[in-house]
Amino acid sequence: MTQVFARTKGLLDVDFHYCPGCTHGIVHRLVAEVLEEMGLLDKAIGVAPVGCAVFAYNYFNCDMYEAAHGRAPAVATGCKRVHPQNIVFTYQGDGDLASIGTAEIVHAAHRGEKITAIFINNAIYGMTGGQMAPTTLVGQKTTTSPYGRDKELCGSPIRIAEMLATIEGSAYIERVACNNNANIIRTKKAIQKAFQAQIDRKGFSMVEVLATCPTNWGKSPVEAMKWLEENMIPYYPLGVYKEV
Amino acid sequence: MALVTINGERCKGCGLCVRACPKNIIALSKTKLNSKGYQIAEILDMAACIACASCARTCPDVVIEIEK
Amino acid sequence: MARQLLKGCEAIAEAAIRGGCRYFFGYPITPQNDIPEYMSARLPQVGGVFLQAESEVAASNMVYGAAGAGARAMTSSSSPGISLKQEALSYIAGAELPCVVVNMMRGGPGLGGIQASQGDYFQSTKGGGHGDYHMIVFAPDTVQESVDIMYDAFDIADKYRNTVMLLADGLIGQMMEPVTLPEFKSDAQIQTAKPWAATGWHEGCGRPRAIVNSLHITDEDLEALHERLQATYRQIEANEVRVELFNTENAEIVIAAYGTISRVCRSAINELAKQGVKVGLIRPITLWPFPSQAIAQVAAEQSVKKFLTVEISAGQMVEDVRLAVNGKKPVEFFGYPGSRIATVDEIVAKVLEMKEG
Repeated sequence: MTQVFARTKGLLDVDFHYCPGCTHGIVHRLVAEVLEEMGLLDKAIGVAPVGCAVFAYNYFNCDMYEAAHGRAPAVATGCKRVHPQNIVFTYQGDGDLASIGTAEIVHAAHRGEKITAIFINNAIYGMTGGQMAPTTLVGQKTTTSPYGRDKELCGSPIRIAEMLATIEGSAYIERVACNNNANIIRTKKAIQKAFQAQIDRKGFSMVEVLATCPTNWGKSPVEAMKWLEENMIPYYPLGVYKEV
Repeated sequence: MALVTINGERCKGCGLCVRACPKNIIALSKTKLNSKGYQIAEILDMAACIACASCARTCPDVVIEIEK
Repeated sequence: MARQLLKGCEAIAEAAIRGGCRYFFGYPITPQNDIPEYMSARLPQVGGVFLQAESEVAASNMVYGAAGAGARAMTSSSSPGISLKQEALSYIAGAELPCVVVNMMRGGPGLGGIQASQGDYFQSTKGGGHGDYHMIVFAPDTVQESVDIMYDAFDIADKYRNTVMLLADGLIGQMMEPVTLPEFKSDAQIQTAKPWAATGWHEGCGRPRAIVNSLHITDEDLEALHERLQATYRQIEANEVRVELFNTENAEIVIAAYGTISRVCRSAINELAKQGVKVGLIRPITLWPFPSQAIAQVAAEQSVKKFLTVEISAGQMVEDVRLAVNGKKPVEFFGYPGSRIATVDEIVAKVLEMKEG
């Protein structure tokens, strides 16, 4: 018999701490598979965020950092400038990247920093207990928007891929989703392209992955996928926003 | 003939594999719980499996391995 | 080596490079801009990297990244900017990384002013950021001493995997003094073994997988970190205390002062000597570890009747002086908060008043 699907060596052989149905696990696996398949594991250095993925350093089978909230792109910058031949990536959620870390992600892109950011957009703060994120949809109820996000009070959700694509230093920016088989395959291809842009020293690359948070959305994992499809994808259109 | 191996101890019973399977041959066990108390996924009809790996791709806990 | 007339900031920057600094992450703020400006011109000449970050927050997190990658990395700033760097300094302490930071203090709080001040003593010696840690803090009083400290700062940082801060002020940074610069340290001298650094890993590469991290989620792990840190701090306290004693033998009154203001105190002491008043000076060169033992010894001298601490602040180091003197003798304070620097005449008058009182 031949192996059709096996656990990648890019992941350590440990349990994820994530909630049932949390899509962090899917994206972790995709990043790890890409690093393994592209032969980058011994060169890769990852930077974990603050948020649910804070323990990502326990999962990726390569050298890792854990950064302060939002600062992963700055930490990755410091590392990449010391080791320009290594492959440096950040793995950040939307509280981390799209709120407290906007300065760091914008300026990493602005400098054309040769790093890759994997951005998990699940429209909520997960680790802290389901508070409103800048990416929370209008009307979406969270623990700090109990009446639903009010556009007058909090503005409209921020579209990070579109914003970063306007920056000259960005080399590859794509938004994908991990809601079904086809989109998971597309997500993996996007991650490959983003790392390739780094290898080719073209500039900054980012893949925004629309993801679910069943626990804090108050939905089953399957209902959460449906909610992502019906609500997030229409507001956050999938596609390649920048490719040089 | 495909062989799907599910690491039941690591399964969290989220059901995403059940949703992903085009052949509708995966279900959460009504009888089997793992040590964490999750209902684990199981293949109902291995002979019908086409080894498409949709279940493995969507599994957030990377518990599924497939041979053919 | 020839003596040259150099501005403090530029001399410090050159000494850092000669001591092995190859990565500098900065952000403009007065009065320390000469350091990043000098680094931006000089580092590329020696194969190093200068990067102007988008903020002090980012600059110090870049230092975290570069130090975690095994490099000799530093940043510099002035008081308000140093406040912004506290986040990364705390994480750097938690991840046990070595780095060097320069603070050219200016008056605070808030934007304060841009003149020299010593208002950041508490921030520098008591942690600054959150969470029970220490930096090794040097407070030079001349450009030459700044150079000598900076030249060895990375060796000390690497030895203890700890942040070394050079705490000076706008006066030290901006004035020109004759200095002798040391020779470049050799590659062998500056390439300390760092098996904990993130450099790229594979099974069998001779070290465990690197995790540069300050998160220790279990009580046991966090306590283990603190046991390591405290053991390191005890070593630093045993090995690294530096202090200068001037005229303390048979002194009646002893002044404690550091950095710029200690120079004014020295002039006041010479002036008082002419009037037949014996006054000594204790000048801490390390503010942490603090030279408590040296102060306690002087406090035990029979001739010494009183202590006077002089600072360019509302009185911060005076608290540590009082702890060291431990009630054996009275400790008074003289100084101005903000940026006003006590004059020789004012210090002389204060000492004479104490002598009579």
